[in-house]
Amino acid sequence: MFDVEVENLTKCFGDFCAVDHLSFRIEHGEIFGLLGPNGAGKSTLIRMLTTLVPPTSGTARIHGFDIIRDPNRVRQSIGVIPQAMTSDLDLSAEENMNIYAKLYSIPREKRRRAVKELLKAVDLEQWADKPVKMFSGGMRRRLEIARGLVHEPKTFFLDEPTTGLDPVSRVAVWEMLAHLKRERDLTILVTTHYMDEADKLCDRIAIVDHGKLMALDSPLKLKASIPGKNILEVSFSEVPPGWEEALKGLPEVAEVIGEDHVFRISSNNGPRTTIELLEAARKAGIAVTSLSVQSTTLDDVFVHYTGHQLRDALQSAVGYSSAFMYDRK
Amino acid sequence: MRRTLAIVERDLRRFWRSPTLVIVSMVLPLVQLVVLGYAFGGKIKNLRVGVVDEDHGVPAVKLREMFQAVAANARTFDTVSYSDRATAVQDLRNGRINGLLNIPPEFSRKVFAGANPRIALVEDNTDQFSASALEGTLSQLLVPYNQRPVQPRITANATLSIVELYPYVPYIQYLLPGTIVLAIFVSAMIGGGIIYIDDKARGLHEGYLVTPIGKFELIMGFNLAGAAKAIIAGMVLVTCGSLIAGIPDPFNLARLARMLLVVMATALALISMMFLLMVRVSDPLVPRAIFGVLNTVLFFPSGAVYPTQSFPAWMKVITTVDPFTYAVHGFKELILKNTGLGAISFDLVYLVGFAALTMAAATLLFRRTL
Repeated sequence: MFDVEVENLTKCFGDFCAVDHLSFRIEHGEIFGLLGPNGAGKSTLIRMLTTLVPPTSGTARIHGFDIIRDPNRVRQSIGVIPQAMTSDLDLSAEENMNIYAKLYSIPREKRRRAVKELLKAVDLEQWADKPVKMFSGGMRRRLEIARGLVHEPKTFFLDEPTTGLDPVSRVAVWEMLAHLKRERDLTILVTTHYMDEADKLCDRIAIVDHGKLMALDSPLKLKASIPGKNILEVSFSEVPPGWEEALKGLPEVAEVIGEDHVFRISSNNGPRTTIELLEAARKAGIAVTSLSVQSTTLDDVFVHYTGHQLRDALQSAVGYSSAFMYDRK
Repeated sequence: MRRTLAIVERDLRRFWRSPTLVIVSMVLPLVQLVVLGYAFGGKIKNLRVGVVDEDHGVPAVKLREMFQAVAANARTFDTVSYSDRATAVQDLRNGRINGLLNIPPEFSRKVFAGANPRIALVEDNTDQFSASALEGTLSQLLVPYNQRPVQPRITANATLSIVELYPYVPYIQYLLPGTIVLAIFVSAMIGGGIIYIDDKARGLHEGYLVTPIGKFELIMGFNLAGAAKAIIAGMVLVTCGSLIAGIPDPFNLARLARMLLVVMATALALISMMFLLMVRVSDPLVPRAIFGVLNTVLFFPSGAVYPTQSFPAWMKVITTVDPFTYAVHGFKELILKNTGLGAISFDLVYLVGFAALTMAAATLLFRRTL
């Protein structure tokens, strides 16, 4: 049985579809990553799965409960960490936890035990009675993770849990999630735009762009699925006509994507292609202004499936995304 | 119910940990009561009145002596003598004096001849309050001046005897009911408007909406939390405001209990109204933009500062539906007249009905999704 089953889930705002006929399933115990830039539809998808936004069409089932027909049982069985930090700054960590435990109608004795255990699990036990406004971003995020688990959910949704955190806090949050998953037998669906985090920690990754599922597999298989074992990023002083074709004709080259003077070359043998490339440039009288050779990363996978780099997509999506958030209904 | 109480608990904990909120919702209305009460409530004194005596006869001297008596005792005005009318008029125009009393030539002769003697008050009518005070004082002054030296034993003139039902009510006491309602409104405005929308914009509501809390439980939680804060603010104003305004027997338990009823009904009505206004708003600027106008539209037509009988017809429509009107009336009855429940029963019924209606409408409009 799958913990999460998504069938043709669609959400449109007027003519614009933020999520466009998405279908996938998540097995019990998986850490499932949704990878994509801002505005790709990740948050809208999570909001539909957590019953916050009604879908335009399609449906999903969480632990067999339909998100449209049985939203309350869905809410009871999931824990959710929204993108925004939503703890009350004036309340202490313990009070924040207690309020949420009461919203889930957890009896007093069980509540007291659960709050204590969870604060210990996220390493905030000694800060239990301190107001949250004293906490760092990382501590607040850990508190929210604890809060989301107070009613012992089976599936945990986290919307960009590490965005805005420093590198140390990001590592701490991910380690905590991996630990909690093992301890509590959780299924986790997490969105992120940090490729390295997704690569290391997710069992499977779905690449989403413009509301569509572009690829879905384990990080290893996704990387193996694109042509070439190495990626060469090279820029030239000038680009004569037919230069891109010439690059494609170099030995072991699988794919070439060019923009202005910069080319991204997928190669089955990085060192050999590099030597041939430098030779070809010398013969053509073109100077190589920069060159890097690296193994295939999820970033390359993203470029392969979406046609643009994640960091570019992030930048271009920012203005659009904020306007969209204000007008969404 | 447990979930509703969790929302209430959270709101009240936040409230007590934010001294700014406590001060804004309780202390500022008290400051307003004192400032407005004394700014509008005092008797006008020490107006400067120019006197131009162009007659210099004995009746004119008698009149000037009476002016000086007013200046020395009631001190409504002080007199300044002028030798010519033109200078006095110029000073009046320049604001150096507030009025000009002219005793014309031939005044004394006309007094003795019984030929309709007249004196003139030239007033600066851009200041209606001072002008009215001068008119009133001088008119009263002329009554004893005109009395015959020997009064007939039986007079044929009808006179008016005034019987006051209640002790003298200074303006600060008259203003207290409106100030209590204002404090409740400010609390509802902050809790049910600004904080509600800010929490929504910060994503706090998103945190609630992913829990199993029901739509009605959530709305009840928001309303009860807002009402609880407004009730606290209202009762602080009832007690502290009564002490400041000098209400007799301010801690009369029976009256305080009746006041609590009106405070509760008012708080529920205003918080429900605020929630209805804000239920579909998500932009934090909106509540800040509308509250100044809302305050004016609700407070002034309610009769809190001026009797509603003087309002034009269109404003009386606002007065009729405005929950402030009934709250202010209820508090006036209890504070100024110490009446029983009978006198305020309609106010209570209206306020509770208004709360039920607005809360029902808000519940219908509330969306349990983003």
